[in-house]
Parts: sequence; structure tokens; C-alpha cells
Amino acid sequence: MAKRSNEPFLWLLCSACGVVAALLIPIHLFLFGLAFPLGWLRAPSYDQALALARSTLGRVYLLVFCILPLFHWAHRFRYTLYDGLQIKHLNELVNTLCYGAATVGTIAAAYLIWRIP
Amino acid sequence: MLRYNEYPPKGYRVRVSTYWWIGRWAYLKFILRELSSVFVAWFVLETLLQIHALIGGPAAYADFQAFLRHPVAIASNVISLFFVLFHAVTWFNLAPKAMAIRLGGKRLPSLAIAGPNYIAWALASIVVAWLILRG
Repeated sequence: MAKRSNEPFLWLLCSACGVVAALLIPIHLFLFGLAFPLGWLRAPSYDQALALARSTLGRVYLLVFCILPLFHWAHRFRYTLYDGLQIKHLNELVNTLCYGAATVGTIAAAYLIWRIP
Repeated sequence: MLRYNEYPPKGYRVRVSTYWWIGRWAYLKFILRELSSVFVAWFVLETLLQIHALIGGPAAYADFQAFLRHPVAIASNVISLFFVLFHAVTWFNLAPKAMAIRLGGKRLPSLAIAGPNYIAWALASIVVAWLILRG
């Protein structure tokens, strides 16, 4: 019998991450990246932004918003290198760098969100 | 089913060019879709920098807003938005292919599965925008 792989679990995780990235990132990017800087809409003041971010719900939301898309990136980018550029001989290194970067990003996100005053 | 075999069986194998994805729109679309993840990660980084500025106080936050008004930041966000939307649309359109739900012996039409995804997307966007804009 073939050895069972943990790949399906990783793909399940990948799909949850992809859903969060698809549902939430476009509106955030539109508001903070374009609508506010270009003056199309009135940006929240510092106090308003802080009030949104510091609430318990806000912190949990930001944590999910940052962490899941990072792993979505790690998983997809890994296969971009694997299939697209066919970097197969460096598979171990690529995996370590992709998931390692996502883990570092997760720690950074948790630390920053915890430090919101 | 496609399997990622790290050690393929020995034998004659046609060498595939590194640039196999250039020259056919479907292949290029696949690579662009995969590359959209880079822009997803870039926006997470931008969000983390924004949180960092928020921690730094009103002056640091204002500085970061000024950085976002820089033409380079605007241009990078326009490109990012294109890729992030591309990810969202291809992702929702993928759902019916990944979940083949059968009801009464018939396969549920694609729209019945992709549709709710689009509705969820619209609702999530409205709720997020409302929370941020209500002041």
C-alpha cells in the first residue's frame, strides 16, 4: 500500500487560506491602498483606526487576516517555483524558505497585534 | 489525478522548457493566478506596516499615510488590486470544479456553487467597508 501523504490536509488548509484572501483582501486593498490615499473616501482618523484595531474582535480579525493569506502565499508560491520554473532539485530549500517566511510573518503579526496599545 | 512525484521513474522524458507557460493564454493565466499570491503576501506586509505605524502613534501613522500617497505606492497597489481580484474571481470559479455536489443523481450547476461564494464576497466586503467607514 502506498504511504499516506499529509498532502490533502495541507490542501485543505490552503483552501481555507485562499478563501480568506479572496473574501477580505480586495476590499481592504481598495480602501487603504487606493480610496483613502487618493481621497475618494474619507479615511478613518488615527483614533478611529486604533479603536477598530484594539478591540478583541479587531485583534482576532487582524490575526486571521494576516496569518491565513501568508500561508496561502507560501503554498502557492512553492508550487509556482515547482511547476512554473521547475525548481525541483531545490524542493527542500524552497519548502523551508516558503513556510519559514510564512511562520516568521505569523510571529511578527502576532507580536505586532499583541502590542497594539 | 495529478501527482507531485519527487522521484519520477527513470526512462525517456521530454525536457520541458522553463518557459513552457509563455505562448499559450491558458498556461500564462495559470502562472499569473499562482503569482497573485505574491501580491496577497505584499498586502499582508503592508497591513503589518500599518499596524506598526498605529503602534508608533499619530505622527508615525500620518507618515505611513503619506507613504501610501506616494505614486510608487499607488502604482503597486493598483497592480496588487488587479492580481488580488484575479485571485478572488478564479478562486470562486474554481469552487464548482472542486466540489462536485450531486442532488437527486444530477450534478448541481456551477452557478449554484459559485453564486453563494460571490454573495459571501459581496457581504464580507460591505460589512468590512461599513465597519471602517462609519467612523
